[in-house]
Amino acid sequence: MDILNSDAVKYFITVLAAGLLTGVMYALVALGFVLIYKASGVFNFAQGAMVFFAALTVAGLNEKFGLSLWLAVPITIVVMVALGFLTERIVLRPLVNQHEITLFMATIGLTFFIEGLAQLLWGSNVRTLDLGIQDVPFQWLIDNTGILISQFDLIAAGICALLVGALALLFNKTKIGRALRAVADDHQAALSVGIPLQHVWGIVWAVAGFVALVAGLLWGSRNGVQFALTFVALKALPVLILGGFTSVPGAIVGGLIIGASEKLAEVYLGPYVGGGIEGWFPYVLALLFLLVRPEGLFGEKIIRRI
Amino acid sequence: MIYREAGQYKTSYLSDSQIFPIAQDRYAVAALLVIAFIAVPLFASAYIFSAILIPFLIFSLATLGLNILTGYAGQLSLGTAAFMAVGAFASYNFMLRVPGMPVLLAFVLGGICAALVGILFGLPSLRIRGFYLAASTLATQFFVVWCLTKVPWFTNNSSSGVITAQQVEILGYKFETPQDKYLLVLGIVCVMALLAKNMVRSTVGRSWMAVRDMDVAAEVIGFRIMKTKLTAFAVSSFYCGVAGALYAYCYLGTVEPEAYNLDLSFRILFMVIIGGVGSILGSFLGAGFIVLLPIALSIIVHYTGLPNSVTSNLELMVFGALIIFFLIVEPHGLARLWQIGKEKLRLWPFPH
Repeated sequence: MDILNSDAVKYFITVLAAGLLTGVMYALVALGFVLIYKASGVFNFAQGAMVFFAALTVAGLNEKFGLSLWLAVPITIVVMVALGFLTERIVLRPLVNQHEITLFMATIGLTFFIEGLAQLLWGSNVRTLDLGIQDVPFQWLIDNTGILISQFDLIAAGICALLVGALALLFNKTKIGRALRAVADDHQAALSVGIPLQHVWGIVWAVAGFVALVAGLLWGSRNGVQFALTFVALKALPVLILGGFTSVPGAIVGGLIIGASEKLAEVYLGPYVGGGIEGWFPYVLALLFLLVRPEGLFGEKIIRRI
Repeated sequence: MIYREAGQYKTSYLSDSQIFPIAQDRYAVAALLVIAFIAVPLFASAYIFSAILIPFLIFSLATLGLNILTGYAGQLSLGTAAFMAVGAFASYNFMLRVPGMPVLLAFVLGGICAALVGILFGLPSLRIRGFYLAASTLATQFFVVWCLTKVPWFTNNSSSGVITAQQVEILGYKFETPQDKYLLVLGIVCVMALLAKNMVRSTVGRSWMAVRDMDVAAEVIGFRIMKTKLTAFAVSSFYCGVAGALYAYCYLGTVEPEAYNLDLSFRILFMVIIGGVGSILGSFLGAGFIVLLPIALSIIVHYTGLPNSVTSNLELMVFGALIIFFLIVEPHGLARLWQIGKEKLRLWPFPH
C-alpha cells in the first residue's frame, strides 16, 4: 500500500488520467474521419476545419446575435448537417470513382474553403466558449485519493461515451444504420439490393458534421475557439493509423493509447531531449506500431491479390 | 497544319528513342530555353525574378521530386518540406564547417543527406501502403522540423533558430542580383529535369511504374520491391533536398526550420495533383499554377476595394474552391489538358 500511495505513483496516475481523457477528445475527432472513410472511402481532411467551423459558429451566434447556447447549438446542428449534405452533393459526387489521392486533395481544398468561410462570417479573433463546466480538479477525488483529475475532462469523456453509444445504436438498431453498414461493406452489393448509395453518403456526411460540432464545442470551450483548432485534426491522424481507418472501436482505443502515451512521454521523456516532443511522438509511435501490424489495431486484414 | 509529324522518318534506334520525337516539339523546347536563358534576363524586372520566377523554378524542382515518388513510384508522401529542410540545413552546415566548400558541391551533399533521411523514413513503405503511409510520413515532417529547432548544432547555435544562407559564389563569381540567382536556379533545374526525364524512361523508371501499378505483380515478375521503393525515396528526397537548399540560398536568404512546415508539403502536393500525377511537364505546370494563383487572386481581390481581413479570407475560399473545381473538371491535371490539346492540334484543321 505504501508504494501505491507514494507521490510518484500518484503523479503517474494523474498524468495517465489526463492523457487518457485528452485521448478521448482525440478519439472524438478521429470518429468523424472513420465514419466517412468507412462509408465512402474518402479520407476527409476537412474534418478539422469542420470542427473549427462548428465551434466558431456557436461562439459567433452567441456573441453577435446574443443567442443562448440552447438556441445556438441547435441552429449550428442544422448548419453542420447542411454543410455535410452540400459537401457530398457538390464536391464528392462529381468525383465518384476517382483515385483516392484526388479525393483527398479535394478535401484539402474544402479545408481552405471552410476555413476561409468561417473567418469571413465570424471574424478571426479568438473567442471563448463557455459551456458552464469549469476546468477545475474534481474535488471528491482529491479528498479521497489525492489524484488531480479535471472535472471538465471527466464530463467531456462522459459526453463522448454518450455520443459513441448513440452512434452504436444508430448503426446497429435502425434501418439507416443497416444501410450504412451495408454500404461500408461493399458499395456495389449495397447498390444492387436497392440501397440508395448517394443518400447514404449524404447521411454519413451529415453525421460527421454533427460529430464535428460536439468535438468543436468541447475543444473550443477547453482551448478557446481559434484557428489552432484545425490542428487538432492532425492529432487525430496517428489515432487513426493506430486504430485502423475503418473501425469505430479502433478510434476510441487508438485515441486512449495516443493520449496517454503522448502525455507520459512528454512528462517522463521530454526533459531529457528538450521538450516539445508531443508534436511528433504520436506519429513515431503509430509508425513503429504499423511496422508490426500494417492494418492498425482493428483495421480489416489486408489481403492482396494479383 | 503546322504541328504535323508527316515526313519525319525514324531510321535508327537512336532517333526512335529521342525525348522529343517530333521536330516541332524540339524547336519549341529550344525556343523556350532561349527565351528563358536570354530574353527573360534581358527584360524582366527584379520583382518578377524574385517574386515569381525564382519561386516557380524552385517549387518546380520540389514538385518534380515529389512527382517521382508519388506519380511514378506510387508512394504518397506528406513530408516533402521535411526533406527540403534537411537539404537546406545540411548545405548550410557543409558551407559553414568545411572551409573552401564549393557551393554547388554543398547543394549536392545537402541533397545526398536528404536522400539518406528519405531512405530512413522510406523504410516503413515496405510494410505500409496508401493512407497509412501518407499519415506516417507526417512523422518525418514533424520530427525533422522539431529536430532542427531543438538541436542548436544544426543552426550553428543561433538563438532564434534562424540561419542566414552564405553568399553563393562559383569560380569567383558572386551571385548577388535576382537575375544572377535566377540564371543559377534555371541552370540547375534544367539539368535536373533532363536527368529526371531520362530516369523515368529508363529501367529505374519502369521498375517504379511497375511497383506503382501493382507491387505484388511487380515482385512476382522479378523486381526487387525494397530496392525499387527505396531508390524512389532516395531520388525523390535528393530532388527535394536540392530544391530546399535553393529555397534557402536563392529565394529566402534567411530561414528558420518553421519555413519548411506542413503547409509547404501540402502546397507541393497540390502542385503535383494540379499539374498531373506522373508527368515531368506537369510538375512545371502545377508549380506555375499554384505560384501564380494567389498572386492573381490578390490582385483581383485588391481591386474590389474590400477591407483587408475580408480579402485574405476570400482568397482562401476562392483558392480552395478553384482546387476543387479543377479536380472535378480535370482530375488528371494540367498535363492531361496539354496532351489533349496536342492531339487535337495534330488533326487540325481536319478533325476526322
